[in-house]
Amino acid sequence: MATRGFKGMRSGTQSKRLPPGQHLARDFPVLSAGPTPHTPLGEWTFTLEDEDGETLASWDWEEFRALGATEVTTDIHCVTRWSKWNTRWRGVTVDRIFEAAGLDEAPAPFVMAFCDGGYTTNLPVEDLLEGKAMVAWDYDDEPLEPEHGGPARLLVPHLYFWKSAKWVRGLRFMEDNEPGFWETHGYHSYGDPWSEQRYDGD
Amino acid sequence: MVSIRSETPRVKTIRFAVPHWPGHLAGQHADVRLTAEDGYRAERSYSIASPPGAPGPELTVERLDDGEVSPFLTGQLRAGDTIELRGPIGGHFVWSASEARRPLLLVAGGSGVVPLMCMLRHRRLSGSLVPAALLYSCRTREEVIYRHDLGDIARGDPRFTLRITLTREASTAWSGPSGRIDLAMVRALAERLGETADCFVCGRDGFVEAASALLMQAGQPAETIRTERFGATGPLTH
Repeated sequence: MATRGFKGMRSGTQSKRLPPGQHLARDFPVLSAGPTPHTPLGEWTFTLEDEDGETLASWDWEEFRALGATEVTTDIHCVTRWSKWNTRWRGVTVDRIFEAAGLDEAPAPFVMAFCDGGYTTNLPVEDLLEGKAMVAWDYDDEPLEPEHGGPARLLVPHLYFWKSAKWVRGLRFMEDNEPGFWETHGYHSYGDPWSEQRYDGD
Repeated sequence: MVSIRSETPRVKTIRFAVPHWPGHLAGQHADVRLTAEDGYRAERSYSIASPPGAPGPELTVERLDDGEVSPFLTGQLRAGDTIELRGPIGGHFVWSASEARRPLLLVAGGSGVVPLMCMLRHRRLSGSLVPAALLYSCRTREEVIYRHDLGDIARGDPRFTLRITLTREASTAWSGPSGRIDLAMVRALAERLGETADCFVCGRDGFVEAASALLMQAGQPAETIRTERFGATGPLTH
């Protein structure tokens, strides 16, 4: 349905490389539900937990960094409709984290990523493996700033960026795909930008 | 579109008539989609300005010079025109008078006042006795959105405290606070409310970051603070 008189900016950025409804951001916008947490590195840990909250594996900051870094350049897509191309990240893949934890196989099909400040988001395990996800500590060759999720955030670029949980501190395995923070507040459980799964029911 | 009115030289409030509008909560937003003849689409989110139960929904839109959607909405939309609207959206940055158990502390920067004004209007419409305060930072007096409406609410309600601070105005007509929000301003309002409040902060990213930090320094626990950031591409932009 055409809007009378609307022509649009036609800057050529509505390309096939952008998911539906997205436009390119010139900067790197920050969105959050609450204040930015500031966890000292000396207190930071990353933990894998089973469904009951029992620790399967845990690393402090130095140990976590020593797991080995991977670099990735990727496009990211926020549900508020901005996208950025060619963002560069460095961190450890979830594949490597599972390997270091001695997990040949995930104990459950879903995880809840949990974070400083109380943020959570749910994901199927298969969306984190085979190179699809990492926990990143550098952005654009610099340590990740707190406003953007530092010291480390989850990076799952094939889904809307609210799934790339900022200030991530671990993953808790779940048998059922329980909704995390935004998923409880009207957003889609899966969040595929190419199917435009922004909100519950899309 | 039913009607449009100016709030400031750059900001307009647009009232829509939406068949089957399901109602909304104060603080939620709506997504606007514009489609050109050839199918080209542009979509942006705008906070709902009208309170639940009032005519509308109404969106308050700031015209950005380099925007794609806001210049159209504020400049070309005519009464009777139809656009696509989706909503209401958002379940976190919301305030409901009937569920409020604590005072309401609102901190707004520029156009970030829109969802907070919705909360204040909702509070007034529902006859809520919850104490409330708004600290509103704007560059100039001319840019204060809802200046008269806010004044009306403040004059009629001893339980509501309004503080507007201007960061660029140097005018003899202004006798209020000036300069960026600071700890003293935030503390004064927090003390006036007297206890831990439900806090809502809205504005550009840098403002929200600063305001959140001040609220915590003034003793508000982090979990009581909800934020909505209008970045370069957030709601009320473009």
